[in-house]
Amino acid sequence: MMILTINNIRHEVNIDAEATLLSILRDELDLTGTKYGCGEGACGACTVHVNGLAVRSCTTSAGSVVGKSVTTIEGLETNGILHPVQQAFLKSDPLQCAYCASGMIMSAAALLREKPAPSTADINTAMNGNICRCGTYPNIVKAIKLASTILTAK
Amino acid sequence: MEKTSTNNSRRTFLKSSLLAGGGLMIHFSGLAKFALPSGSAETHLIQLTEINGYVKISADNMITLICPNPEFGQNVMTSLPMMVAEELDVDWKKVIVEMGPHDSVKLGGQFTGGSNSVRSYWRPLRMAGATARNMLMQAASQTWAVPIEEITSKAGILYHEKSGRKGTYGEFATKASAIPVPKDVKLKAVKDFNVIRTSQKNVEGTKIISGKPLFGLDYKHEGMLIAMIHHPPAFGMKLKSFDASAALKMPGIKNVFSLKLYEDGFEQAGFDVRSFNDLLVVVGKTTWEVMNARKKLLVEWMPAGDVIDTMGGRGGKRDVIVPGALENTTAQLQKMREFAKKPAQQLRKDGDPETAFKNAAQIIERTYDAPFLAHNCMEPMNFFAHVTDEKALLVGPLQAPGLAEPTLSKILNLPADKIEIQMTRMGGGFGRRAYTHYATEAALISKKVKAPVKLIYSREDDTTYGIYRPMYTATYRAALDSNKNLIAFHVKGGGIPEHAIHANRFPAGAVDNYLAEGWAIPSNITIGAFRAPRSNFNAAAEQSFLDELAEAMGKDPIDFRLELLKRAKENPVGKNNEYDADRYAGVLKLVREKSGWTGAGDKKFSRGVAAYFCHNSYAAHVVDMTMRDGEPYVERVFSAVDCGIVINPDAASNMVQGAVIDGIGNSLYGGLTHKNGVVEENNFHKYRIIRMHEAPKTVDVSFVQNDIDPTGLGEPPFPPVFGAVANALYKVHGRRFYQQPFLLSKPDGPSV
Repeated sequence: MMILTINNIRHEVNIDAEATLLSILRDELDLTGTKYGCGEGACGACTVHVNGLAVRSCTTSAGSVVGKSVTTIEGLETNGILHPVQQAFLKSDPLQCAYCASGMIMSAAALLREKPAPSTADINTAMNGNICRCGTYPNIVKAIKLASTILTAK
Repeated sequence: MEKTSTNNSRRTFLKSSLLAGGGLMIHFSGLAKFALPSGSAETHLIQLTEINGYVKISADNMITLICPNPEFGQNVMTSLPMMVAEELDVDWKKVIVEMGPHDSVKLGGQFTGGSNSVRSYWRPLRMAGATARNMLMQAASQTWAVPIEEITSKAGILYHEKSGRKGTYGEFATKASAIPVPKDVKLKAVKDFNVIRTSQKNVEGTKIISGKPLFGLDYKHEGMLIAMIHHPPAFGMKLKSFDASAALKMPGIKNVFSLKLYEDGFEQAGFDVRSFNDLLVVVGKTTWEVMNARKKLLVEWMPAGDVIDTMGGRGGKRDVIVPGALENTTAQLQKMREFAKKPAQQLRKDGDPETAFKNAAQIIERTYDAPFLAHNCMEPMNFFAHVTDEKALLVGPLQAPGLAEPTLSKILNLPADKIEIQMTRMGGGFGRRAYTHYATEAALISKKVKAPVKLIYSREDDTTYGIYRPMYTATYRAALDSNKNLIAFHVKGGGIPEHAIHANRFPAGAVDNYLAEGWAIPSNITIGAFRAPRSNFNAAAEQSFLDELAEAMGKDPIDFRLELLKRAKENPVGKNNEYDADRYAGVLKLVREKSGWTGAGDKKFSRGVAAYFCHNSYAAHVVDMTMRDGEPYVERVFSAVDCGIVINPDAASNMVQGAVIDGIGNSLYGGLTHKNGVVEENNFHKYRIIRMHEAPKTVDVSFVQNDIDPTGLGEPPFPPVFGAVANALYKVHGRRFYQQPFLLSKPDGPSV
């Protein structure tokens, strides 16, 4: 039995510590916003925050996040207000199939936490682990820049 | 206003939909709550009156529009209901959109594929909106006892100006639903559109950015088990024996068994393609447990040998021999070279190409190759099934419920009306999800374990059990006279296991002496539609060849194409030319203008151009390339598209941009190889997908403005990207590239 803190809620989880964080989120906790894409950390669809940093939940064991704070797409908004990245993605509507959406948003949110006004090069570096198979990248870059504007205007 | 008579089939359809589901229905809507004032109950029982299959209206004037076609990112959940809303005359911002279930009686063909959604529903959906509006107006006319001609509508409200009366659609919905479906309704003139041709956001945007369950993999059901398949490691292999004792001891595991998909002699329809007929199945409580138990399976595989598949469908019943050999990519290429020398099937012949080539002053011959491609949908294949002796519920991502249902009906031995199919949002499709063997597998697994089951493919399963884009080759020959005029054109194309040649497309019709031939090599590698099937190779090869021809003739590549199109327009050769030469020329002229092609240009870039026609639409691109860190980089693209009326401009631009980036990625990096039948690129660390830093900074999209009924959009912009990239690469390197993926191939000298 482990205690995991997900989106500021403590969960008692009865599964082996080797299980991936992704499988716990999706199968045990019904947090299906975090997606399975490759299982090897190569596509970014499963990106969540652990202590504020973007990590691939498909290659992160549940045991390794005990005592840490995990945030998923479902917990990104605060007090009912969407995160600036969510606001920007809603407003600029960059995606197509949108399966990559949660991972993109979580990676972008982690980037903006570190660099509130990133350059295009910063965005490319931070986001090149996230695949969008529909090829909407230029629109995602625009959305992240809009998020930066929203964030820095506060 | 355009007056249109409802045709017979449409009338029958609207009538039947009224009979089947018309009148008052109780609707428990989870979506509808978004339209309620905040603070309302979490769930809300709403009475919705169904006017027809696409339009439901509540008494308090909540308008729900039903999207018939599955959504895989082409944005049909927005664009199709926009077409209904246009004619229904409702406030788009207040409309609620729901994905319909599979229901061919009420909702038509429901086929997402072939860039078909908007074009096939263009008239039916506007008619559904216009007919519903007319029925509401009739209801008001009766209630108010005024002539219908005096009633007007605006944004979901009906008015009778003379008497000052007004009422919402909702007030008249029940009465309207009982009115016979009118025979004649008027459709709006294009100039009066106020929803179509306006940019509207994705109706699922809020759910997408907050991680709500939308996809098949997210679907949950009471008592649901998880299943995974274990398929042969190589094409040409089959299951020999297995020992599941260790796997069965693993926690959470319910069952391990082998599954036969089709019984011997089962007549496969066109979309019943499956790679392996015997699969091992592991069923358990959670994905994690099932994945772990799979690792404990002890399995022996053996060569399948030649297999006989019984094909049914349009071609009639016939047996097809699937060869058993384990294939290797180098041998595949070698075999293609051998077959290319053999006589092939003549697909089209104009004039006397043999004599023209004999008399030519110069012959240019080039051969182009392209590899198998995997679709790599971001959401791996999966499906939920709950099958009992009486009925079946199937939920998941698929492009064509109407094609899946007959197969499920036969396999499960259940009548079609006992099979309920619900469509989830698809994490990509690209043609892959038209082949729903995975839904059939899920259904058989559920039937066997007598429980609701979700079948999940891992990424590796998805990539190594594919219905791939075929491997193609084509040799192009052109004969020039002593004045460098093009006097004959010959294309001979082949592939594994099909060729890609569209014999009646450009430049057919523009050259006096023309010959198109095709051949194919049978294979056990399973293939199917991949975004713009066949066109995605043709455009690469043919558009590269035309570029090289233009150069040999000392002509500008756009001018050269326009000359050929002028010929095809004024004095076409042959009869079955598929394309409209004016519209084809139109996108070339537009992209020439937008890209500043004839101006000095930006010397920083090496430019390539290409154009293509498919799915009734026309697209041209100018690609601006540089070298960056030792690799070619497409920094900027100009695109011109003629797809008739554009429903949702921003989303349409997004679609074109995506097609461009998909094309750049696949032309430079995409490819699937085999070693002894084993797919070598089984996950993203080996299968290179274009990433953010490799995508262009800008893709500037322009649409030809006209009032032509909409034609395809999801596929047409994709194929010419390959040709434009090839032609830009030539400018960067000074040498031509003939083999995809270009980044893995060394530029060849001219092959003759």
